[in-house]
Amino acid sequence: MIKKFDKKDEESGSGSNPFQHLEKSAVLQEARIFNETPINPRRCLHILTKIIYLLNQGEHFGTTEATEAFFAMTRLFQSNDQTLRRMCYLTIKEMANISEDVIIVTSSLTKDMTGKEDVYRGPAIRALCRITDTTMLQAIERYMKQAIVDKVPSVSSSALVSSLHMVKMSFDVVKRWVNEAQEAASSDNIMVQYHALGLLYHLRKNDRLAVTKMLNKFTKSGLKSPFAYCMMIRIASKLLEETEGGHDSPLFDFIESCLRNKHEMVVYEAASAIVHMPNCTARELAPAVSVLQLFCSSPKAALRYAAVRTLNKVAMKHPSAVTACNLDLENLITDSNRSIATLAITTLLKTGSESSVDRLMKQISSFVSEISDEFKVVVVQAISALCQKYPRKHSVMMNFLSNMLRDDGGFEYKRAIVDCIISIIEENPESKETGLAHLCEFIEDCEHTVLATKILHLLGKEGPRTPTPSKYIRFIFNRVVLESEAVRAAAVSALAKFGAQNDDLLPSVLVLMKRCMMDSDDEVRDRATFYMNVLQQKQKALNAAYIFNGLSVSVPGLEKSLHQYTLEPSEKPFDMKTVPLATAPITEQKTEIAPVATSKLPEKLAPCRQDIYQEQLAAIPEFQALGPLFKSSEPVQLTEAETEYVVRCIKHAFTNHMIFQFDCTNTLNDQLLQRVLVQMEPSEAYEVLNYVPAPSLPYSQPGSCYSLVRLPEDDPTAVSCTFSCTMKYLVRDCDPNTGEPDDDGYDDEYVLEDLEVTVADHIQKVLKPNFGAAWDEIGDDNEKEETFALATVRTLDEAVNNIISFLGMQPCERSDKVPENKNSHVLFLAGVFRGGHDVLVRARLALADGVTMQVTVRSTDENVVDVILASVG
Amino acid sequence: MDKGLMGLNDVREPSLYTVKAVFILDNDGNRLLSKYYDPELYPSMKEQKNFENNVFNKTHKADNEIAFLEGMTIVYKSSIDLFFYVVGSPQENELMLMAVLNCLFESLSQMLRKNVEKRTLLDNMDGVFLVVDEIIDGGVILESDPQQVIEKVNYRADDSPLSEQSVAQVLQSAKEQIKWSILK
Repeated sequence: MIKKFDKKDEESGSGSNPFQHLEKSAVLQEARIFNETPINPRRCLHILTKIIYLLNQGEHFGTTEATEAFFAMTRLFQSNDQTLRRMCYLTIKEMANISEDVIIVTSSLTKDMTGKEDVYRGPAIRALCRITDTTMLQAIERYMKQAIVDKVPSVSSSALVSSLHMVKMSFDVVKRWVNEAQEAASSDNIMVQYHALGLLYHLRKNDRLAVTKMLNKFTKSGLKSPFAYCMMIRIASKLLEETEGGHDSPLFDFIESCLRNKHEMVVYEAASAIVHMPNCTARELAPAVSVLQLFCSSPKAALRYAAVRTLNKVAMKHPSAVTACNLDLENLITDSNRSIATLAITTLLKTGSESSVDRLMKQISSFVSEISDEFKVVVVQAISALCQKYPRKHSVMMNFLSNMLRDDGGFEYKRAIVDCIISIIEENPESKETGLAHLCEFIEDCEHTVLATKILHLLGKEGPRTPTPSKYIRFIFNRVVLESEAVRAAAVSALAKFGAQNDDLLPSVLVLMKRCMMDSDDEVRDRATFYMNVLQQKQKALNAAYIFNGLSVSVPGLEKSLHQYTLEPSEKPFDMKTVPLATAPITEQKTEIAPVATSKLPEKLAPCRQDIYQEQLAAIPEFQALGPLFKSSEPVQLTEAETEYVVRCIKHAFTNHMIFQFDCTNTLNDQLLQRVLVQMEPSEAYEVLNYVPAPSLPYSQPGSCYSLVRLPEDDPTAVSCTFSCTMKYLVRDCDPNTGEPDDDGYDDEYVLEDLEVTVADHIQKVLKPNFGAAWDEIGDDNEKEETFALATVRTLDEAVNNIISFLGMQPCERSDKVPENKNSHVLFLAGVFRGGHDVLVRARLALADGVTMQVTVRSTDENVVDVILASVG
Repeated sequence: MDKGLMGLNDVREPSLYTVKAVFILDNDGNRLLSKYYDPELYPSMKEQKNFENNVFNKTHKADNEIAFLEGMTIVYKSSIDLFFYVVGSPQENELMLMAVLNCLFESLSQMLRKNVEKRTLLDNMDGVFLVVDEIIDGGVILESDPQQVIEKVNYRADDSPLSEQSVAQVLQSAKEQIKWSILK
């Protein structure tokens, strides 16, 4: 009978794959045989295999048919055929989510997990936990605890791993099994030990003390499993990072000792952990680099890959540490695994000398078409870094990049190239025209809207200032004719910039603009009409305000304010000044050379920090009616790092007030602090209006308290002030283990460091892409000029950085970069002063013995000019 | 939250969840078995098959052991007309993934008596499912020693229908029948 069945199956199969033409309905029909007595294990096994195969192929099973098959399958528990029983467990796991009432098999599985047959017990536990929920878990808790400490390794491992899966759902139940897991962690079996450590860590990861204890215990006694070592190394490096522990800590010693482990897996894990540590010195890196160097000549491709990938990472920050491996890397550039070859070459590009660049580039261009996009991006990143290091090589690079731009490739790859070309253009003015030409050619045939609009924006910014702006007009206007709405709109904006900057092009631009006004898309038409009208006025100030330098408000902020305005209709027109400013100017930020993430998910627009603060503060009743949040400072530490209480302050500026937000953390596990506030004594005429205390501050859970201060109204130039701060609170001692506090408490206080408010806290950075136009727009009504001698400053770079950080304003036109070997420089800064007054600063710097600085300030408000000059002086 | 090949912030999270997916394809790139352990990675069947196709196209020509595709580290191995793949996150220790791949391959090789080819594999598909189940559980490496895996699965490849065991079984059933006839 068995024979016959097999034969039939073979005939119906398509020669090589007996499962190829399986029909779900036919298989389910066959499944009726499960109900026959006696059970034919062999046939039933074959049908179960078919069902699992179909599920694995993605065949959809309806709830009814799945449930029917599942219930029929439960009968097979009567058979004692081992493989059949194991396949039943698999079917249960596969069908857990598609069949109804799967819990019906609970008792059969419980019987198997506690039974005599060891082969059944592990798999039965895993199947049971798959169909168990929190309430049922308590019913089998006793069995689970026993299973975790069972002598049979497969039983113990199964119970531990299943517990780990259950942690997500029933943390509180699994937490109670910590003692059993602890016992299992001392097991002689390597897998049991690994699984027990993993579970223990997941249960305790929020308790740093317990994790430290666990690490100490097992690193001292030594581990058997290489997997467990890898796990321990990861825990140790995470702990080192969190505690910012120095590299003299025993944790670091442990990781370093793993470099001498007998398993390559552990050695590599340790080397990788050291390499990824922030602030690693060259001396600490050296032993890690030398084991990686050995791996470079391993016969195993995966090991060579792992080694060279990690070395590539080291080379980003410490190229000199990798130079010792150059010879080994040279041997890898012809590796048959192209990923390894690419990584080797890009590492060499970072560590090698300028003379080797041409040779390496030639080598890589021989196989660049064979490698995947991910590695092409790595190549582009290496080129990008190289251009910064050897600016003279930019023509070779530009050539290479333009060839890559013409090849096929996905979005991430193309974006990396475009970003790289843009950064070369910005670094090397002489490469601007070739770069723009390559980009123009690229957008002629570019399927990525984001890139096309980005390039059009760049053309609008840079094109009008080149010697022959007219040649770009054709490329831009082609886009208006051929592309999608978003690209057409971007092209219209770019055109407008040409018209505004170049008087001789204006008539032609107006003609083109008129054509755009007949576009089928609303946005394109609106933009064209708007620019047309602005351009026709032929006024420099209008061009500056509406074409060169757009709005600098935060878009979510604008949306919120407008929504608010429509909810409360009033006679007053909407005031743009009530809208919070954008904190991080998005355009013209130096294109980060930081590697591009090849994320497959679309990037989520994270709400910016200030928007988050705005919402948090608005939720506190005491702080309503202060108007929009103008600026939030970076956090200032008011305590040393290793003290009982850690306090940092964020200064929030409003139109006439400031709120000081104190983020406090209590690091004493035997204390609960209540009614925490920070008392402030100002040195100037600042008035403390209100304190909002943090109601309670348990151990290691941060909390915030606030102080509201009114700025002096009669003296608008009083922008700086020093506050002496004292933290006051009620202490309740508590049991360090349970966190249970005593009934009584006592008042106490803790002196913090002084807090300074400076001029920078009143100014928000704003980017003016075209500084000259903005300068003319404000005009010289409130202009003032003064000259200062900066005796202590030795270089122009230092002077520029000092001024920027002191005033807290945005450098424009890339004037924060001082060209090498120059002894004079002009710095352009833009910002908005609290209250919404634009302010621009032009600082001419000259280097002689010290630095002499001539500062010119323009603003829409006279007081602001005085404030800036007074504070610089 | 996945990061690129050269992502800056790629500290390895201490976790037992090592394997993101494992699959076995034939020499046309068709799926014979595949398991995805991270529900966020390719949740739909269509995405999974796309991924498998892409991986197959990029790997089947050169036996390179390791690749980086779609932001995932992939280790692989081929045998006659079969391709075995183990997928992990870009931060994962490549040697751990190799340990899983080797264990899978060695276990199957032992179970199929060194005939690691499509026909034998499909004839013993139940055993293959059980082997994978013993090596990885929900993304956690359950066992990495092929010998242990084979013992736990305790599966006999069925290419010898008349083995000694079946003789013993025949005897056993004959005994039973005799017993019953006496009791009657």
